[in-house]
Amino acid sequence: MQAFTLTRPADTKSAIAAASRPDSAYIAGGTDLLQLTKDHVETPRQLVDLEPLALSRIHATGARLRLEPLARMSDVAAHPAVLRDWPVLSQALLASASPQIRNMGTMGGNLLQRTRCGYFRDTGFACNKRVPGSGCPAINGENRMHAILGVSDRCIATYPGDMAVALNVLDADIELTGQPGVRKVPIGDFHREPGDTPHIETVLQPGELITGIDIPSPARRSHYLKVRDRASFEFALVSAAVALDIEDGTIRAARVAAGGVGTKPWRLAQVEAALTGKSPDAATLKAAADQAAAGAKPAKSNGFKIVLLKRTVLRALQTVSA
Amino acid sequence: MADGSVTRRGVMVGAAGGVVFSTPRARADENPPATDAIAVKLRVNGEALHLEIDPRTSLLDALRETAGLTGTKKGCDRGACGACTVHLDDRRIVSCLTLAARCEGKHIRTIEGLSSADRLHPMQAAFVEHDGFQCGYCTPGQIMSAVALVKEGHAGSDGEIREWMSGNICRCGAYPNIVAAIRQAASAEG
Repeated sequence: MQAFTLTRPADTKSAIAAASRPDSAYIAGGTDLLQLTKDHVETPRQLVDLEPLALSRIHATGARLRLEPLARMSDVAAHPAVLRDWPVLSQALLASASPQIRNMGTMGGNLLQRTRCGYFRDTGFACNKRVPGSGCPAINGENRMHAILGVSDRCIATYPGDMAVALNVLDADIELTGQPGVRKVPIGDFHREPGDTPHIETVLQPGELITGIDIPSPARRSHYLKVRDRASFEFALVSAAVALDIEDGTIRAARVAAGGVGTKPWRLAQVEAALTGKSPDAATLKAAADQAAAGAKPAKSNGFKIVLLKRTVLRALQTVSA
Repeated sequence: MADGSVTRRGVMVGAAGGVVFSTPRARADENPPATDAIAVKLRVNGEALHLEIDPRTSLLDALRETAGLTGTKKGCDRGACGACTVHLDDRRIVSCLTLAARCEGKHIRTIEGLSSADRLHPMQAAFVEHDGFQCGYCTPGQIMSAVALVKEGHAGSDGEIREWMSGNICRCGAYPNIVAAIRQAASAEG
């Protein structure tokens, strides 16, 4: 592991100033960062410890939810207001990692967890995400776990998280604080597709810090379904987050997103369009779910995800509309 | 165990160096401070522990290599196996992905802190009774996780126990006996 110093800032401003220096990284839960530093994938010379900032509260005020960046995954998943008003969020968190990791992992860190692509995590291989311009062995290599949506000819690595997929159907805003000030970014714009620059994964600027996640309204009729190679403690092959507003037998609004299939959390606009204004009957749900893989570009070994995605979305839709 | 007596670790460490005899357990003051070492005060099993460590040191390595508490095991060292599970301020975590330098002032409980004198913790006794292990390497992590699981209220059914033990891998496959041990310890605590 590259040697680093550990900086414990007194406040947010000094944390941002410290992290704006080259070769710096924030550390929150540390569950991904320490894997990456042990494997020399990331080589920071300074870690800026966010724990002294004590930004770990969960504010559920009326219809709104605000999560501070160091709120633990386990605490958010078990919060009574989250269980009642945002079940998709609690379910996505509980489907993530293991109980121990969820006691460590944080809201901000979870959004920024990096791909599980084996080529990215092994410095013995080329990887455009790790070393821009070096090539992508996954495109013609082992790609069963890789993305089918949002891929480019530089990178097909899957965004690995669950929570961000749920946040996509909750229309969450990510609050970012940097040296110029505070800004809010819709979750759908926070992660970037790889394009020609797969090493740039989010809109975060150097030193910029996630200081909050804001969810504007409840989504009691919501659900997260994750399909994986083993029953628990495994990344998704495919997952689906669904939130429906149903009034008088009509779907007034539908928000649907998928995980395990995209280079970023993937909102399924065509599925949503096929549901909106319709009755949630079996034929409607099936026709909508059949749109889930629109635009998919599978590689040699991950074509099964197209069928699995449609079926996973259908099952999730059936669960919330029951 | 008195320092200098024969331990399995002592024999193994000695054998690796070509000398098949015991070596005393490592003590904090025997390890030269690394360059840019920082001072960290931990509370481990109720005792204060003053360490001079490299900032990169994981809590797992600090416990095993510096404090000589080798009950906590290193499996994958990447958070995937749970062998290094300890309690940090009463919550179970993996010590391999925890920097010791970030544990200043926190309370750490390891497998060595579970029994009192010669009396096993009920979870340890249940693992013995149900044969909840084969090679035993994952067992300290399994037991630390199981004790936390019961306290969290996740021992309601065998299915719930399995799900909430998913962070602890047993390559020998002693899972049915591990579940039986946890079920018994949980109901005894009732």
